[in-house]
Amino acid sequence: MKKFNKVISAFMTSAMVTAMLAGCTDPASTATTNSQEPAQATESSSDNGATFKIGAIGPLTGGAAVYGNAVCNAAELAVEEINAAGGINGYQVEYSKEDDELNAEKSVNAYNTLKDWGMQILVGSTTSACSIAVSENTKADNMFQLTPSGSAEECVKYDNVFRVCFSDPNQGIASAQYIADHNLATKVGIIYDSSDVYSSGICQKFTEEAKDKNFEIVSSEAFTADNATDFSVQLQKAKDAGADLVFLPIYYQAASLILTQANTMDYKPVFFGVDGMDGILSVENFDTKLAEGVMLLTPFAADAKDDLTVNFVKNYQEKYGEVPNQFAADAYDAVYIIKQALEAKSVTPDMSTSDICEALKGAMTEIEASGLTSAKMTWEASGEPNKEPKAVVIKEGAYVSAE
Amino acid sequence: MSFLTYLINGLSLGSIYAIIALGYTMVYGIAKMLNFAHGDFIMVGCYVIFSISGALSGNGVMGTVIAVVVSIVLCSLLGITTEFIAYRPLRGAASPLAVLITAIGVSYFLENLALIIFGADVKSFSSVITWKGISFAGGQLKIQGVTIVTIVISLVILICLQLFINKTKQGQAMLAVAEDKGAATLMGINVNKTIMLTFAIGSALAAIAGALLCSAYPNLSPYVGAMPGIKAFVAAVLGGIGSIPGAMIGGLVLGIVEILSKTYISSQLSDAIVFGILVIVLIVKPTGILGKVIQEKV
Repeated sequence: MKKFNKVISAFMTSAMVTAMLAGCTDPASTATTNSQEPAQATESSSDNGATFKIGAIGPLTGGAAVYGNAVCNAAELAVEEINAAGGINGYQVEYSKEDDELNAEKSVNAYNTLKDWGMQILVGSTTSACSIAVSENTKADNMFQLTPSGSAEECVKYDNVFRVCFSDPNQGIASAQYIADHNLATKVGIIYDSSDVYSSGICQKFTEEAKDKNFEIVSSEAFTADNATDFSVQLQKAKDAGADLVFLPIYYQAASLILTQANTMDYKPVFFGVDGMDGILSVENFDTKLAEGVMLLTPFAADAKDDLTVNFVKNYQEKYGEVPNQFAADAYDAVYIIKQALEAKSVTPDMSTSDICEALKGAMTEIEASGLTSAKMTWEASGEPNKEPKAVVIKEGAYVSAE
Repeated sequence: MSFLTYLINGLSLGSIYAIIALGYTMVYGIAKMLNFAHGDFIMVGCYVIFSISGALSGNGVMGTVIAVVVSIVLCSLLGITTEFIAYRPLRGAASPLAVLITAIGVSYFLENLALIIFGADVKSFSSVITWKGISFAGGQLKIQGVTIVTIVISLVILICLQLFINKTKQGQAMLAVAEDKGAATLMGINVNKTIMLTFAIGSALAAIAGALLCSAYPNLSPYVGAMPGIKAFVAAVLGGIGSIPGAMIGGLVLGIVEILSKTYISSQLSDAIVFGILVIVLIVKPTGILGKVIQEKV
């Protein structure tokens, strides 16, 4: 039966893929004609008329619109603030955004539209697959690209691409550091999905990083997508091994089951998740009391009390009418990181895009930035950020900063 | 002590597999067809309980009881309807594969229908059993209420089915249909009605299994019945498909093997071990643990 299902689903998948490919080739041509006016060009008022031109790409419509709008709005907000404060190296900044509808091909079209507009530096794309697709072009054009939230490893495979967020596997390293630095536990259990590259990648890095930390991994148990209903064994093993923290580098659907089953067996360790845990409070009919005290690694908590966050949340809410999420924070930081890097090398807008890129590549490994997502960020030449991990904790059905 | 805990968890999982396998094996034993949509009947039952108990949430236990009863009735009707629309016209078809493929089609149809109606988001199912369970040895050994209820219900169902088939006229008619449809018709048995009744009972069992499955593992999605359905099919084959006590034994063995191999061998390999055991049993005893060798008449 399994075989039958597999054969049928393989057939259906291939049929669907063909249909999707057929669907894709068509809109590609229409998307280029869709070269609307640069959506949000900020007025330029520099002495000699030269301005920096920064573009952003993200899914502004469709299912992932919440991410793309967060990135593009926050980048816009940062640009406006910078212009109001006198610009970068005395030059004003122009900003434009383009929609990629979460489609890699459209993301490349969006990039070309922005390039025609005169873009010198790219903030984007918002999502991993789009970011990877666009990086092929920025590499060819030697344009500097800083993705706020593209977390797949391949996003920064070229030397002209850097990122603000942690890569997927590096969330494992960051989690281990956070648990160690905050003395959350001495004995740690792990439950991960071995059939998912995201989950097993994080788990592997976490295990490596934990070797020389002040806690010990006492149980590491896997499940697979086909076997994601009964977690009694994995939990019982963690309990028997005396784990006082259980690390869950998995998505929230399975995590909600784990929390329920842990509750029925009276096992109450600290549960620690990564960004896949974000969303657990929105599972329909889920008793959020079960998630009380669950911690998750995320770069941004909108309720933090530092001035930078308070101002950002206030301005963002005034302008866009909603509380900014972690994507917005990453993008806001991205624009300020570019500003700092441009200033470090005294870059001027009349330089060629390629010269700006070379200058920024050098600057990125030298600067030490401070922003919403971390007070201290530095970069490797590989494009990966080094920064202090942050976490939030669930209290009374809401995400609260764990600091 | 922890071994006992694992064993009880295995029994609990095994009893759920057993109830699902009872439905599979009944339909196979009597209608001689594999109803691969059985796992999705479970899913339909779960969504019915979820929707009704959500609407009646103020009524406490009564609301839950109503929800479960309605779910059983609706699942029976679904089973009868499916049989009438999708399976009956194909019963005389040249190849038994036709019905098999149709069953897979019904399975996909139900899953996608649920996707359209309820969406792909996971929903959290409130357990229909509020009893917390009992603990022994100063709380070291704890048996959850849902575990005890599941085991008891599966035993009760087993006994009732055995009595029904061996002691009632309808049950005897089922046996006759299972033996030889043509001869049963000649003896004045309404074959269509008998098979319809079989589907009604099998689907009602799916609803009960669904209520217990989602109470023990409270994540509800359109695919909730797919994997347990396949495992239960394995259980039915392991126990000897067509044999009612065999389905029970097969289910329990499967659940215990799955949990113990997860515990003592590898949490990743448990499925491989479970299916490996199936292969070995079928090599040694092709008819399953309690299966009877039936001489094909020429």
